[in-house]
Amino acid sequence: MSDLLTATGVRKEFGGLLAVSDVDFAIPQGQVVSLIGPNGAGKTTFFNMLTGVYRPTAGRILFAGKDVAGKPPHAITELGIGRTFQNIRLFQHMTALENVLVGMHCRLKGGIITSILRTPGLRREERTARERARELLVFSGLPGRDEQLARNLPYGDQRRLEVARALATEPQLLLLDEPTAGMNPQETAAFTDFVAMLRSEQKLTVLMIEHDMKVVMGISDRVTVLDHGEKIFEGTPRECQHDDRVIEAYLGKAATQ
Amino acid sequence: MKARADRLLALAPKRARMLALPLALIVLAVFYPSYVESLRGITVVGDFVPSLGSMVVMIVFTMMAVGLNIVVGYAGLLDLGYVAFYAAGAYTSAWFASQHFEDVSFHFGAVGVRSDLPGIHLSIWLILILAGLFTLAVGIIIGLPTLRLRGDYLAIVTLGFGEIIPQFVRNADDLGGFDLTHGTFGISPIDAPGFGTTLSDVLGLPASYQQSFDKVKLFYLTALVLLLFTVFCSVRLRDSKLGRAWVAIREDETAAAAMGVPLMRTKTWSYALGAFFGGIAGAFYASFKSGAFPSDFYFNISIFLLCMVILGGMGSVWGVLLGGMILGYLNVEGLATIGTKLNEGGINFDPTKYQFGIYGAIVVLMMLFRPTGLIPERRHKREMEEGVHDQPLYDSTHE
Repeated sequence: MSDLLTATGVRKEFGGLLAVSDVDFAIPQGQVVSLIGPNGAGKTTFFNMLTGVYRPTAGRILFAGKDVAGKPPHAITELGIGRTFQNIRLFQHMTALENVLVGMHCRLKGGIITSILRTPGLRREERTARERARELLVFSGLPGRDEQLARNLPYGDQRRLEVARALATEPQLLLLDEPTAGMNPQETAAFTDFVAMLRSEQKLTVLMIEHDMKVVMGISDRVTVLDHGEKIFEGTPRECQHDDRVIEAYLGKAATQ
Repeated sequence: MKARADRLLALAPKRARMLALPLALIVLAVFYPSYVESLRGITVVGDFVPSLGSMVVMIVFTMMAVGLNIVVGYAGLLDLGYVAFYAAGAYTSAWFASQHFEDVSFHFGAVGVRSDLPGIHLSIWLILILAGLFTLAVGIIIGLPTLRLRGDYLAIVTLGFGEIIPQFVRNADDLGGFDLTHGTFGISPIDAPGFGTTLSDVLGLPASYQQSFDKVKLFYLTALVLLLFTVFCSVRLRDSKLGRAWVAIREDETAAAAMGVPLMRTKTWSYALGAFFGGIAGAFYASFKSGAFPSDFYFNISIFLLCMVILGGMGSVWGVLLGGMILGYLNVEGLATIGTKLNEGGINFDPTKYQFGIYGAIVVLMMLFRPTGLIPERRHKREMEEGVHDQPLYDSTHE
């Protein structure tokens, strides 16, 4: 199976601090890959390089054959990488529907003059966009929430809305940054099923940072472990559980002896 | 098809209600010239009714405030240099509808101007479009380097540009021997609009404003049309894809960018479109006053326009219209009238001397008691009451 995204020798330094050190990494098409590691391992930094928030100090990131390293975030989104945030970053004073519509921004063609004139073509586009946004809300488990303000949604629904908004950008690759953080066990289980459905029904490729090992072991096809900015393991979830370096990184040296 | 008709029918009363008040106001405004004199005839109260000439000035400034609202209200970018666009528009009129460039003689569509006069004389209607496009370009040129900044930093840099442009205008009478702006003297007279004899004969439109007995009335009606055009575009833009992107940027830049909203382009458009309307207003005003002078483009105009936006309610078109008309009125006529009345009552106090102190006090009071403006915009109201969370990317400080 071909790789949708390949990173080679990706490195990020903040001043004298080495956050990510020459990581090689690949995400195969159609799989769910988990990126795990102790706090401060460089997972989110790595994520932010994939999405254009940071420019890598060195290395190449190829997405669907194009080099995306150092491109601005909106351009990367347009190429087909959608993301959610570790700490929810919805547009709080916009309704759920508007949030999803903003996600469609780069897929809508309407220009300034057509918007002012409200041409029939533009009206049609806006109408289909709204219908599609409603479908996405229903698909993400938020039926009937269209007109609610993002900030008034319960926590679990806010997480769902973030995913709906990311899906609205029509991604090929979906990046989820600790999607189940703060969820209760039922919500987590429901979310795990949701991600599995994205893979099977939407044919999406998913990369997620996750701390909940139940989720990681449950749906990942592959697991990559970072520690101190270095990749210390890449393989199947089962192999991961028995790898000495991974156990050492999480539990200390004594645990491996 | 039937379902659609039913839906339209159900919408009709709601739409009618929404449109009733604006329509009534438009009708009142259109007929203002016919009843203004009788209003002004009423004792005491009549003295406070603005004359038609004052109304033109009020409308022009309100139009600029509506333009500024696109930048400040919609996109949330604090622009303290809006006067630059006013100046750019005014000088477009001055260059293309006066005798300033006396070495050339080029006439195109100008009315009420002898054809042997030197200088460039284009039709004012054409100049309004030119001025809009020229300031749009100026907006993009100023916007591209400055809009990378956030918040306070942006405000300071726009303040700088607002100061640079009048200084440039003041000193550009000798650019290597070329007189671009005629320095402190300014450029005058500037041609007035008109539709020419052909259109006048066929459609009954006024041939030349300058030679008409109803000159002020014509300028008033034209200003009204321009204001309505600005409001119309402004509302349509607010409800468009671009309008949504502006709100998204105002709420959370990082998230907006991650959702595929190009930050620079979207912000620059808000800046350029705001400039566009400022330019048209400036060009029209220069034609009305028949002159463009550097002393008109001081920094305090930018603040004055910002006060209109804040008083009315940031982001709310109807609020800004109200705020603009109120402050515009106080500025051109109201304070002077109040001063006269006080004087007649034996109190020796001239409020026009303290005008900026008074506007400042109004804004401070508004901020204390009604920070969302006279007619608040729904979303802004919530933001003011609950705060927005545009914190920097959490993880950037952690890893």
